[in-house]
Amino acid sequence: MKLVYKNLDKGCGSIKVIPDESEDMWHAYNLICEGDVVTASTIRKVQTESATGSSTSNRVRTTLTIKVENIEYDTQGCMLRLKGRNVVENQYVKMGAYHTIDLELNRAFTLTKPEWDSIALERVDMACDVTQKADVAAIVMQEGIAHICLITSNMTLVRSKIDIAIPRKRKNNPSQHEKGLTKFYEAVYQGILRHVNFEIVKCILIASPAFVKDAFFEYMIQQATKLDQKIILDSRSKFMLVHASSGFKHSLKEVLQDPAVVAKMSDTKAAGEVKRLETFYTMLQCEPARAFYGKKHVQKAVDALAVETLLISDNLFRNQDPIQRKEYVKMHDDVLEAGGDVKVFSSMHVSGEQLAQLTGVAAILRFPMPELEEDSDADDSD
Amino acid sequence: MARHRNVRSMQYDEFDDDFAVGSVNDEPECISPTDAQQWIFDRARGQSSLDSFLSNNEDIQEEDDDEDENESPSKERRDSEHFEFPELNELDKSRLLSCMDEIRNIIGETYSDRRLVAAIMSNDYDFNKALDTLLNGESKPQVHHHPRAKIPDVVEKGIGEMLLEKSQQMKHQKEAVTVTVTPASKNKTSGFEVNSPRTLTPNSSGRNSPQEDENKGNRTKEAIRNARELFEKERGSEKEQLHLVVIGHVDAGKSTMMGHLLFDLGNVPQRLMHKYEQESKKMGKQSFMFAWVLDETGEERNRGITMDCGYQRFETPTKQVTLLDAPGHKDFIPNMICGANQADVAILVVDATRGEFETGFEQGGQTREHALLVRSLGVSQLCVAINKLDNEKWNQDRFNDIMNKLKFFLKHAGFKDSDVHYIPCSGLTGENLVKPSTESELISWYKGPTLLQVVDSFKVPERAIDKPFRMSVSDVFKGVGSSGFCISGRIASGHVCTNDKALICPSKEQGVIKHITIDEFPVQSAFAGDQVSITLTGADPTNVSVGFILCDTHNPVPLATKIKARIIVFNVKSPITIGYPVLLHHHSLVEPATVSKLKAQLHKGTGEIIKKSPRCLTNNSCALIELSFQRVIAIEKYSDLKEMGRIMLRVGGTTIAAGLVTDIINS
Repeated sequence: MKLVYKNLDKGCGSIKVIPDESEDMWHAYNLICEGDVVTASTIRKVQTESATGSSTSNRVRTTLTIKVENIEYDTQGCMLRLKGRNVVENQYVKMGAYHTIDLELNRAFTLTKPEWDSIALERVDMACDVTQKADVAAIVMQEGIAHICLITSNMTLVRSKIDIAIPRKRKNNPSQHEKGLTKFYEAVYQGILRHVNFEIVKCILIASPAFVKDAFFEYMIQQATKLDQKIILDSRSKFMLVHASSGFKHSLKEVLQDPAVVAKMSDTKAAGEVKRLETFYTMLQCEPARAFYGKKHVQKAVDALAVETLLISDNLFRNQDPIQRKEYVKMHDDVLEAGGDVKVFSSMHVSGEQLAQLTGVAAILRFPMPELEEDSDADDSD
Repeated sequence: MARHRNVRSMQYDEFDDDFAVGSVNDEPECISPTDAQQWIFDRARGQSSLDSFLSNNEDIQEEDDDEDENESPSKERRDSEHFEFPELNELDKSRLLSCMDEIRNIIGETYSDRRLVAAIMSNDYDFNKALDTLLNGESKPQVHHHPRAKIPDVVEKGIGEMLLEKSQQMKHQKEAVTVTVTPASKNKTSGFEVNSPRTLTPNSSGRNSPQEDENKGNRTKEAIRNARELFEKERGSEKEQLHLVVIGHVDAGKSTMMGHLLFDLGNVPQRLMHKYEQESKKMGKQSFMFAWVLDETGEERNRGITMDCGYQRFETPTKQVTLLDAPGHKDFIPNMICGANQADVAILVVDATRGEFETGFEQGGQTREHALLVRSLGVSQLCVAINKLDNEKWNQDRFNDIMNKLKFFLKHAGFKDSDVHYIPCSGLTGENLVKPSTESELISWYKGPTLLQVVDSFKVPERAIDKPFRMSVSDVFKGVGSSGFCISGRIASGHVCTNDKALICPSKEQGVIKHITIDEFPVQSAFAGDQVSITLTGADPTNVSVGFILCDTHNPVPLATKIKARIIVFNVKSPITIGYPVLLHHHSLVEPATVSKLKAQLHKGTGEIIKKSPRCLTNNSCALIELSFQRVIAIEKYSDLKEMGRIMLRVGGTTIAAGLVTDIINS
């Protein structure tokens, strides 16, 4: 994302940015809240009535400013759709008329917020930081199931899920099994060709239990040689075979913990987040009085200045309710102020997904607070 | 008139069927003014609403039933007149005609042509069978009816609802008797059998009419009652069936031991063994020659490990044993679970070699995990085969040492001491497998039974034959030379016969069971505990995948998006919290799930609630949790059906918990 200008005064004002890759839509989704004002170029269908009464409609590209009422994000297509009322009248659209803007890549938009908090500003900085990039493709598979994922710094996108029934080997008739397996490999191979952009991706992880990954890799190279697909053969060095316990999406967590993978992509957010969450779980196991989750517990720990590391999922900052959002922002700021560390997890990664399920907020404490544990019974009535 | 009931039961395809066959359910009848007053809704007459009209006329149904009864005999007659033969080739047609003539000679004109043809065709032109079918009147002809892809509404109703409905119908029926029953219809009915004549006409009004339902209900009830008798009749003379799974750490020698056992029992021809010996020698893996009996694919032989469960059968003096050779490697535990799910008893193979036993038994070794797994899957009898003791010079101290360690552990895992046998043996040399050992060093101190004797002494657990039919699909494949497709698996409960209808959950595909084979041998019926492959027609194989449940259409398996379960947590690296992603193993099904709630932590022994809503679950705790799934799965409460209510939770290649389903939530 490119920052065109930033015009802020005491926390209110506007910024203008140009999103230039699909991940920027994710950032925009996290930035824009209901009630914000967005100015962007869009297409509007305009009906004109002639003097005789016949009406014609045509599509006009115009720049509109709307007050956002509804935000929709399509995770697969990375599209962001903003619906709201027009607040600046122009020749085509009346004041107060509803319009839905699809934010487009490479077209600037201006975002005006009544209040820019630290989270939002951090998000802008992060989005405009070009160094934070590592595109990795990962294929987690087991016999019959495969997920082709793209891991960017803030998102894990499942591009394709392949689920093919493979008959088991049976006596005297192993051919059905082999046929099924070949069909499965072919589907995964085609999926890779379709979804992985070899020019961008720096590394392709193939993860599976047992020998599936080796067998598949062999099949892929064989097939590429046969069909003379240079693109695969040239990027042969980018492939990495890693062990995973199953072909389901959450085994990506194991993959990202593999030492070989960590060494290769230590700079990505995804790998870092997995590690953080693991630390939290280890602490919960070893010293349960120093690891807490849930808003109430964490809030108490924050008030006691006890939080060493705060893990928080970014879906909490997309909260519809501005008061709740403010509470979380305050929690975030308080921890930073007290010299703690805050990790905002992307809810698009597997680890972030898990954190979001775990109430969205967790904390590792500097010192044990067993009193929190004791009064948990009273708290859990909600 | 009869139509409106059909409309109520909303069986649109039923309609189409009926029209396609070419007969109309209700002929135009004249209605007398009084009838009209009673039955026809007339707004002009000031009846306030259609609802109140209907509620005032509760007995509409019964009247219909009687009319149907009046109608059906005449229709049967009419049937024959308008009936056209199905399109067949010359040969079949002549066979059909000759068959029909013979039947007519015996039973005269009692049945319509349509019914005759249907019976003959469904019995494959076999005159005797067709006659049986007709006289017993049990099977409905299927030739003219398109296989129904959609399940009737009735199926989705709970058992309780069905019962309720039935009792209501009965009540109605009783009232109905007081209305009009023409003597003609009565005479006709008493002709052949208890079933109402309507069931005889293939194209009578909607099959789903309440009375028909009642018949079906009776039939299933009867079937349930007869299950045990049937079992006695079919299986009484045979040896008892026992399913045996062989488990243990990788390279403990499971396949080799079983291969040798099969060879010693004469189940493997000498010639084949010789071939294996030569081939394995060529590959430089002569010690694997016995394992090749069970590891049949090239990949397994090349790598020298079992990857998927191997199946073999052998017989002991009192039992017929199905042997499941489970893979020991960590990565193939899903396959091992699939095999262990089918087992009644287990042999745990441990490697006695110094160092090997220890690695297999320590944290991370499969000896522990396998033993815990089979125990939580309901296996209570275990034979521990202490293998490769020849490497230790048949040392008694080593044997006792290992036995004591395992005894302590197995007791904690929930095995009774009396149900566990310990046996010294050697899989490669074959000592103490089938014949008592001749090794002097061993017989000097060991006087116990051989492996085969222990297997023979296992008790066969009670099979749930009386329960509704359930079978977990462990494989879907194309059968050889038959229509439809095959699914294989082990019947968890109930029994099944050919030509039964069956439902596959959760995709709700319905099909007809065409053939049942046990061990490549065709049978007419199969019972709980049998390992079968079933050929199914009328269902779409793309909607069937491994892990689905094949069940009774009248008594389908419940579906769930969330379940509550009581679990026992094993050794876990990180504690279980809410939001924890796990893999659920249930029979052959492997499904990603999320722990959505931790309800309560329980006391391990007494089951009392120690703590409500705990923050996390750590090692060796017992708890009530809630699991949610992305898709609907078919599962059953443990209290309803033990076989279908056991689950396993795994994360990152290790089993973290085993549990029982206590409640099912379908949102």
